Amino acid sequence: MTDQLPGLYVRDLRVSFDGFTAVDGVSLDVAPGDIRFLIGPNGAGKTTLVDAVTGLVRATGSVRFGDRELLGRPVHRISRLGVGRTFQTSTVFEELTVLQNLDIAAGARRGWATLLRRRHGIPDEVAEALEVIGLAGRADQLAGTLAHGQKQWLEIGMLLVQDARLLLLDEPVAGMSHEERDATGELLEQVSRDRTVVVIEHDMDFLRRFARTVTVLHAGRVLSEGSVAQVQADPRVQEVYLGHPVDAGPTPLEA
Amino acid sequence: MTTVARDSRTVVDPAPPPAKPAAGPSRHRFRAVAGFAFGAALLFAVAPLVLSDFRLSLLAKYLCVAMVAIGIGLAWGRGGMLALGQGVFFGLGGYAMAMHLKLADAGPGNMPDFMLLYGQLDELPLWWRPFASPWFALPATVLLPMAVAFVLGSLVFRRRVRGAYFAILSQALAAAMVILLIGQQGTTGGTNGLTDIQGFFGYDLDDPVNQRMVYFIIAGTLLALLALARHLMQCRYGELLVAVRDGEERVRFLGYDPATVKLVAYVVAAGMAGLAGALFVPAVGIISPALIGIVPSIEFVIGVAVGGRATLLGPVLGAVAVAWARTALSERFPGGWTYLQGLLFVVVVAFLPGGLASLIGLARRGDGERWFGRLRRTRRTEGQAS
Repeated sequence: MTDQLPGLYVRDLRVSFDGFTAVDGVSLDVAPGDIRFLIGPNGAGKTTLVDAVTGLVRATGSVRFGDRELLGRPVHRISRLGVGRTFQTSTVFEELTVLQNLDIAAGARRGWATLLRRRHGIPDEVAEALEVIGLAGRADQLAGTLAHGQKQWLEIGMLLVQDARLLLLDEPVAGMSHEERDATGELLEQVSRDRTVVVIEHDMDFLRRFARTVTVLHAGRVLSEGSVAQVQADPRVQEVYLGHPVDAGPTPLEA
Repeated sequence: MTTVARDSRTVVDPAPPPAKPAAGPSRHRFRAVAGFAFGAALLFAVAPLVLSDFRLSLLAKYLCVAMVAIGIGLAWGRGGMLALGQGVFFGLGGYAMAMHLKLADAGPGNMPDFMLLYGQLDELPLWWRPFASPWFALPATVLLPMAVAFVLGSLVFRRRVRGAYFAILSQALAAAMVILLIGQQGTTGGTNGLTDIQGFFGYDLDDPVNQRMVYFIIAGTLLALLALARHLMQCRYGELLVAVRDGEERVRFLGYDPATVKLVAYVVAAGMAGLAGALFVPAVGIISPALIGIVPSIEFVIGVAVGGRATLLGPVLGAVAVAWARTALSERFPGGWTYLQGLLFVVVVAFLPGGLASLIGLARRGDGERWFGRLRRTRRTEGQAS
């Protein structure tokens, strides 16, 4: 906790499936405490990049989190190094309560002696996460009965109690109402105080409000990188989104 | 800190569902103790008074099947592993016990009767010898199945074999074991199995009093296994097991190795099946390939499905009910039972995936109307579609 917050350093990352190259030599750095948005058209390799970082697919190159190399480790080991992720579809354990979901997320480092005992009361980190994600009043509710937005917050809460130092979120606000998006954005700002956050997102309004830096991927490569304004002004980005360079009118990021 | 919390309350309008009267831990415990006391009274007082010796020995047999069912409930209902080959572990436990009892019947230094009968061997095979000692044979009835399950599970779960593939694999194992046993007639008794077991640690099994004692041992063991299963389901491990069942990948991303989580449930289930097999032998007096092959393995699962696989008591009641129905109906309609059993399985899987136990849950919540309402609605929409 007290040690320096690590950043994410990706070098020349390549992922191929049966000859198709989904990620084609991506290099990018995410500074500690950043909120980095990954955007790009469908098939740009955003989710595959996250899959490679979290060990779900094989990749070549190098992915370091702080000074630790992640590539080549199994999924659960990478997770224990402090890398947490969510998926496009919510994947909370619907048959378990909110409290049980969080308790399981908090418990990967528990020994068998603890696992084979019953939970008594609410662990501190779980109680804290319940407050942060605003579900304290629903701790005993089955996760399957939560509203869509609440499920996404529960996912983020699970990453918090898991003590993930790097959060990789795949379209966290898809399907959310405006108010829910704002709440989610504020949640991200709050958790980024002592964590590094990477968000895959299509929602440009959400991006403009909450992104600190942006990386645009296209066809498996980094097309552009920088602040929201810098990326917005990049003619290559406009070309990818509109099919031709534009010198006037609204850019896709403003549309 | 609290901004999000406040927002979420204004953002999300649906109120939390009507709060159920929260049963505190003490009430839970009271209900459990009361339940166990009731079960013990039923098994230890009512059943021996009401049932004839013959029926009581049948019940002893059913309770052995119920022990296997508890394990399947854990592995399949809670862990999502459709263990279609529990006969293997039942058989390992049964054969380990039967080998010891056969050797004890024969007396020290002698060979079991069937070996003399087939007359191929001059002396006891090497791998039979340790079973002469109860100190080896009794632990082996449980540890041997657990060891086999551990090796198999380690290989299978790490390679992420699951679902139907796991079910088929476990069933193939049951078939392989039967073939092995039948092929080695000289040392295993072949198709006949190990039969005509006379004594149980010095007690004559023909004596009804001793049969009754065996019944009490079985009933006590069943209650102990129920208590163990209840604890495993309610401790943190039990919650984790359900999480693995519903989202194995997600659990992996939380930093657990799901293979280990599943392995524990599978090995425990194998140990329960082994113990059941071991106690089946003195209750019935025989263990044979026909009792542990594919068909009995499937029948174990049917009982669990009918009762309700994810509950604690469902598998036990389902297993006893199906085994009882089988006996009762076979007495009257020989041959008809197979069809009825198949029908029962289809009906439960298609219309009541949670088993009969889910009916109780529905009734308690007063959801019966809703459930039937849904059926009616389904029918109506189907009518509109056609």
